[in-house]
Amino acid sequence: MRPQPAQYARSSKDDPPDSPTSVGWTEAQRVQLASAEAPFALESGASIAPVVVEYETYGRLSPARDNAVLIVHALSGDAHVAGWDRHARQTGRLYRLKHPGWWDAVVGPSKPIDTNRYFVVCSNFLGSCYGTTGPADIDPATGKPWGLRFPIVTVGDWVRLQARLLDHLSIERVRAVVGGSLGGQQALEWALAFPDRVERAIVLAASPRLSAQGLAFNAVGRHAIMNDPNFNGGDYYASGRSPDVGLAVARMMAHITYLSEEGMHRRFGRRRRPGTDSGFHPEFEIESYLNYQGQTFVERFDANSYLYITRAMDYYDAAARWGGGDLVEACRRITSRVMVVSFSSDWLYPPAHCREFALAMCRAGKTVTYVNVPSAYGHDSFLVETDAVGRLISAFLR
Amino acid sequence: MSDPRMPLEDLLRLAADDPALKHVGPPELARLISELEQPVSRPAALERWIDGMIERIIPAGASVLDLGCGTGELLSRLIERKNVRGQGVEIDPHAVFRCVERGVPVLQADLDLGLSGFADASFDYVVLEETLQTLHRPTALLREVLRVGRRAVVSFPNFGYWRVRLSLALGGRMPRTAGLPYHWYDTPNIHLFTLQDFLDWAADNGVRMTGGYVLADGCVRELREGDNLYAEEVLCIIQKNGG
Repeated sequence: MRPQPAQYARSSKDDPPDSPTSVGWTEAQRVQLASAEAPFALESGASIAPVVVEYETYGRLSPARDNAVLIVHALSGDAHVAGWDRHARQTGRLYRLKHPGWWDAVVGPSKPIDTNRYFVVCSNFLGSCYGTTGPADIDPATGKPWGLRFPIVTVGDWVRLQARLLDHLSIERVRAVVGGSLGGQQALEWALAFPDRVERAIVLAASPRLSAQGLAFNAVGRHAIMNDPNFNGGDYYASGRSPDVGLAVARMMAHITYLSEEGMHRRFGRRRRPGTDSGFHPEFEIESYLNYQGQTFVERFDANSYLYITRAMDYYDAAARWGGGDLVEACRRITSRVMVVSFSSDWLYPPAHCREFALAMCRAGKTVTYVNVPSAYGHDSFLVETDAVGRLISAFLR
Repeated sequence: MSDPRMPLEDLLRLAADDPALKHVGPPELARLISELEQPVSRPAALERWIDGMIERIIPAGASVLDLGCGTGELLSRLIERKNVRGQGVEIDPHAVFRCVERGVPVLQADLDLGLSGFADASFDYVVLEETLQTLHRPTALLREVLRVGRRAVVSFPNFGYWRVRLSLALGGRMPRTAGLPYHWYDTPNIHLFTLQDFLDWAADNGVRMTGGYVLADGCVRELREGDNLYAEEVLCIIQKNGG
């Protein structure tokens, strides 16, 4: 192998591609699931074509096709759940040279979602910027990128498109749908929309709807993007100047909501970087950390996608969708075994809201498992507390 | 300061004069006290007698809410052997993890916050196994239990058990027995009560007992008159009058 530039060097903490517990080198796959003749109908009433979906799979589908586990990614995630992207350089996704998939600690041979036992599927959702059709792709009607002419997409649309992918893979019923945050809301939507196709739903750090506080943070993030001088109504692809400042601000602020006060204190405190003078450049460690998060995000994410995805997150309301506003009524539809996991310091999807969903299941006459994991990592806990999360998932999958 | 053991004769004299203890009679009291000297041990088979009894009581296919389900031992047994629809509630995170590993549906929640999440009469049985005496508001929860369950199975250590009484009377310290093994400062049992206290509460609150079992003198038998003194542990099946 050619030596990698230092900035893309792998961390020794990550499972290398030749490790027996890594899924190894991965290759994304793409499939067209809607065409001009058979467009994909959206919840808004609009429809879209063509729709191409990028997805990855690990492990082997059993002859009975009954060992599939569908993983659903969150806001800034992608279909690359585990292992090392073989084509990271060719596709320009250079950050993948440095990091394995976003849930590599949980997914792989002998890991909690054990790819020796389960056939793992994850697809990138509609409107994103990781291979599935999104605002940066060409609108066939104009021959130009969709930009803000891309239709509004919803959590319900994402789940129906994932169902199409499962149809394409000839998987009628999955052993489990697993997701955290916005992915957790999709796992919940799966249990509501396709009760017969889901044996188990595992909902991590997510509740049936975002709080007013969550809506507020999303609104400020979009405001930063849409008021960036480079935004140009979403038509910035040809200009070579994208709304990087706005997108970075959105990410920095969102990142604050992913941590907790205690977690931030423990990790950064009020420490300053050595050799920095007083003034207004990043001086405290937390400042430079957030700057770094903003910068690296801009390199790998599209601002328009950020708008569409946060909007879908805002709109999602399981009770309104399936129970006329009554969450208990909605839960009556569910036949899957459900596990809800919250994290004590998560204030984006606080434990009380997650428990509310679990209790609605009980009121609807269903059994449910609800666990509140003690953690100082805030909303990010679902990605960080891999021991606790892994133990719960592997037990619940059995 | 030490609290020397009270001489036996003094206790007998007090007991003879005490209207509350009069019916026991000095000879019987003397026998009880001599028995207290015997080492307390409980056969292993009796350690989990309540689980076995609950398994006998609950009919196959019933729905069961187990409040304070611990590591899910009872529920997993009921799910496996009696095909019940089982739901556990437990506050301790380690116990909750064990439940998940056993495949027992468990809700991590604080019972002292009530059962408002559960609908009326949504379970055939609600189980409160050795939990009532650990709650801040035990009778508030009992009322909730009888709202959510058609019947309730409640077990508790009987603070009226003669060994407990004598341990306090003679030893002058908070009793420690096989059923109450804790020190005063580390006990989860913050609302200890006697069988009679429980029966009084039931009578005053329109609650009927449809069955009762006790662990007494090293064996399990049906509850009978006078067990406030003889029962070490009690299991009652209760429901609301007219329920």
